[in-house]
Amino acid sequence: MTWLTSFPQLKSAWLRELQRVIDDGFRSFTRSHGDMIEGLFSPLQTMLIWFERLLLGTPWLLVLAVVAALAWGASRSLRVVIGSVLTLVLIGLFGMWDDTMKTISMVLAATLLSIAIGLPLGILMARSQRVQRIISPILDIMQTMPSFVYLIPVVMLLGIGRVPGLIAVVIYAIPPMIRLTNLGIRQVDREVLEATDAFGSSAWQKLVKAQLPLALPTIMAGINQTIMMALAMVVIASMIGVQGLGQPVLRAISNQYFTLGLFNGFAIVGIAILFDRISQAWGKRLQKHQEASHD
Amino acid sequence: MTDPATTDPATTDPIGIEIRNLYKIFGANPEAHVAAVRAGMTKAELQARHQHVLGLSDINIQVAPGSIQVIMGLSGSGKSTLIRHINRLIEPTAGEIVIEGRNVVAMPQAELRAFRRHKTAMVFQKFGLLPHRTVLDNAAYGLEVQGIPQAERYRTAMRWIERVGLSGFEKSYPSQLSGGMQQRVGLARALANDAPILLMDEAYSALDPLIRYDMQTVLLDLQQEVRKTIVFITHDLDEALRIGDRIALLRDGSVIQQGTAQDIVLRPADDYVANFVQHVDRGKVLKVGAVMQARHGFDAPEAALPDAALPDAAIAPEASIAEALQQMAASRLQALRVQDPQGHTIGVIPFQAAINAYTGQHGGQHDGQHDGRQA
Ligand SMILES: Nc1ncnc2c1ncn2[C@@H]1O[C@H](COP(=O)(O)OP(=O)(O)OP(=O)(O)O)[C@@H](O)[C@H]1O
Ligand SMILES: [Mg+2]
Repeated sequence: MTWLTSFPQLKSAWLRELQRVIDDGFRSFTRSHGDMIEGLFSPLQTMLIWFERLLLGTPWLLVLAVVAALAWGASRSLRVVIGSVLTLVLIGLFGMWDDTMKTISMVLAATLLSIAIGLPLGILMARSQRVQRIISPILDIMQTMPSFVYLIPVVMLLGIGRVPGLIAVVIYAIPPMIRLTNLGIRQVDREVLEATDAFGSSAWQKLVKAQLPLALPTIMAGINQTIMMALAMVVIASMIGVQGLGQPVLRAISNQYFTLGLFNGFAIVGIAILFDRISQAWGKRLQKHQEASHD
Repeated sequence: MTDPATTDPATTDPIGIEIRNLYKIFGANPEAHVAAVRAGMTKAELQARHQHVLGLSDINIQVAPGSIQVIMGLSGSGKSTLIRHINRLIEPTAGEIVIEGRNVVAMPQAELRAFRRHKTAMVFQKFGLLPHRTVLDNAAYGLEVQGIPQAERYRTAMRWIERVGLSGFEKSYPSQLSGGMQQRVGLARALANDAPILLMDEAYSALDPLIRYDMQTVLLDLQQEVRKTIVFITHDLDEALRIGDRIALLRDGSVIQQGTAQDIVLRPADDYVANFVQHVDRGKVLKVGAVMQARHGFDAPEAALPDAALPDAAIAPEASIAEALQQMAASRLQALRVQDPQGHTIGVIPFQAAINAYTGQHGGQHDGQHDGRQA
């Protein structure tokens, strides 16, 4: 009666054989194509290193000044500026400056990459019903998968390190960028587009003179979400060797270092709020003239 | 208007518009129902039986170069649908639109774009302004699309912003303006384009009566300077009569009647048209020339009146019958001689005919010189 209480699994010899076949196949694939794949992604490596050097190499005072300027430019609010600077100062005082810069550089790189890929995809999706029908379900699946499931295939192909980390982060963070670009463009008033048509605009003129600027607030909301998701994933990607604030957190969890976890946790929350405030304020300012015109 | 660009004859020569057998059916499979509509199926029948909307049915309108064609009709009669066919914002189900010998309906995309850039400009019922752009950048939009350098397009746009009375607002955004002001931005944008064809879909509906009158004057003045071919949609009969050279009346997507204002007021084709014109001030609208008994022509009285029998007092054919009646009443005359600017007597207007035309009675009324009822 054991088959009732314990699940009838395949013979363990079979399972071992199956695993061996798959592993061997995969290993020989990476052995023969690994260099090619790595070569393919080496520009990413260069970009990442460049970003990290930029943020770590810049004097901290200059970094603070740039963040303050960005915060002011985006929000025109003194409170946001002071809050941002104060957050970074506290992080620095508690000895987490370098880790924070690494995390921020990773988030920036991932966000830029997501925009570079997501914006054109979103535009394509808005222009064609067919593309939308193909991409939409893929995005749905991507967003329902638990975040570190992404790590598995990436690690298999590229091993451990920055670049696989970045790819996992981009895959995780890109869906809102694509979705909201698509949505923003589709929401543009039909009357306005008709008017641009009536004056003989080409498809490109229509896109850059009407659709993108009018979709910009929605696209900004997408960028905001992408940044937040990238940050979350950068922390998780520390499991596959991405440096930054995630690693001390990981160490704290596995070794129960309470204070270490707490400090780094606060640092992560701090920059999350900073990113969120700045990018949201920017989106709001873009929206200023776009409230529906009364007729 | 002393711009070198506007004196180029290629861009200013008025061009006509010929709409031939135009049909538009909205729905999943419009082509399948054209034949039925051609055979006389009505809008209601098409809707009930096939769930398709009959937008336009067998429209034939010729707009003469440099004239103003007014289109009128109740809400939903297809006015906006019709005007959108002229620059092909809507694809017709059947028929053609010929402008300068080219069928707009068959133009390839690139040619259509060039046609829209250089030959037409449009004012929209719902404005269609770009909300993220200032008034100036909105007004310059058409020129920008044509690739005209910024300084030049701003100069042209500013001129038109002034002309429509919006100086000082060029840095404002549409959302900061009232509906009437936005409407005028749309007007400035269209006029700045300096296209030979102007399409105006209820361009004046959002304006208050005074500004509306001003804008009508702007349009009429413009017509004196550079003759454009204008298709003008309005709900306001007085406006139609003031600016329209010809008027077409639409109902359920078909032209019920078209002709000059005189034709339509004097000889409404049916009750629908009669309802449209019943509140018009006939005394002011009707011209002596349209009501008089002509001296020559089919309807001249047999054995034309000898000169001696004609009254001495004369009136011009362009005068309104209100003026004619006033003149007759003041000098207790039974008739007036109608005299053209060269001093030739071209007809006579009896008191009774003027009264009949004024009150809208047909008894004893003589038809004018021309038959107004068009195909
Ligand atoms: N895209 C469309 N799909 C289906 N039916 C349409 C479409 N566009 C217009 N119609 C129908 O065509 C008819 C004419 O509409 P149109 O907008 O031309 O009217 P209009 O004369 O301009 O009215 P208004 O004075 O209210 O502006 C209406 O019955 C409308 O429902
Ligand atoms: Mg309309």
